[in-house]
Amino acid sequence: MNTMNYLFAAYMAIWILLALYLFSIHSREKKLRDEVERLKGILDKVE
Amino acid sequence: MKVLLQHRVDILLFILLFAGMSFALYMALIGAPTEKTMGDIQRIFYFHVPAAITGLTAFALNFVASLMYVFRKNRWWDSLALSSAEIGILFFCMLLITGPIWAKPVWFVWWTWSPRLTSSLVLCLLYAVYLLIRKSFEDPDRKAMVAAVFGIVAFADAPLVWFSIRWWRDIHPSPMLETGNLDPSMRPAFYTCMAAFLVLFLFLVRRRFYLEQMRNRIEWIYRRTETNRMKGILQ
Repeated sequence: MNTMNYLFAAYMAIWILLALYLFSIHSREKKLRDEVERLKGILDKVE
Repeated sequence: MKVLLQHRVDILLFILLFAGMSFALYMALIGAPTEKTMGDIQRIFYFHVPAAITGLTAFALNFVASLMYVFRKNRWWDSLALSSAEIGILFFCMLLITGPIWAKPVWFVWWTWSPRLTSSLVLCLLYAVYLLIRKSFEDPDRKAMVAAVFGIVAFADAPLVWFSIRWWRDIHPSPMLETGNLDPSMRPAFYTCMAAFLVLFLFLVRRRFYLEQMRNRIEWIYRRTETNRMKGILQ
């Protein structure tokens, strides 16, 4: 394998890992926001 | 007002991160000179070493936050400890993936059980266990305390990672900055990448920390609702 391929693989790995982590944070954040909305809905009904 | 300020800091950090990472990529792949012996594969070094230093910084932050939690019992410190542990694992994953990719064409093996490589892998696994421990407790206070104690103990491996190439004979390259082996023409690229990684670290820790704070608030609402319901039943 050409050394440039290794270089490309290393930098791609870094960006893929970072993208996956950012996506994971975003999806967890969305889940919590949905939970907050659900709680607000329950509170509105109670009031 | 506080939320607006936080939002502005987030935007500023994002702009800094975007500009910093773009410039770091340019410096690492184009700006820095090609190394004579290894050729272009050496350019991995510009992201590999900052990932290692940032990862160790994250674990050090976890150590400090864990200590603070043990003494103060404040969930704020626990959230910071969890955020930094997760970010530390991310950077160490980058380190443990880019390392073997560099090693294959240079050492002709993907992996060898040298002190530096082994201690780095162990450190990453220890913090993975830290995250697993957190998942195995229901009571948030007990979970935070057990995790804090584990985080303090796990950090004992970090000095081993740092000093392993100084204390033992290792196939891993010696620390270039301390020994002065890093050519002055390569330093601007290295320092740019280091700065970009530190901004990335700040950005990620902030995002992860706010997420945990939000989760704590929701958990608190649930606990309070449950307590009120119990009080209602007892009355």
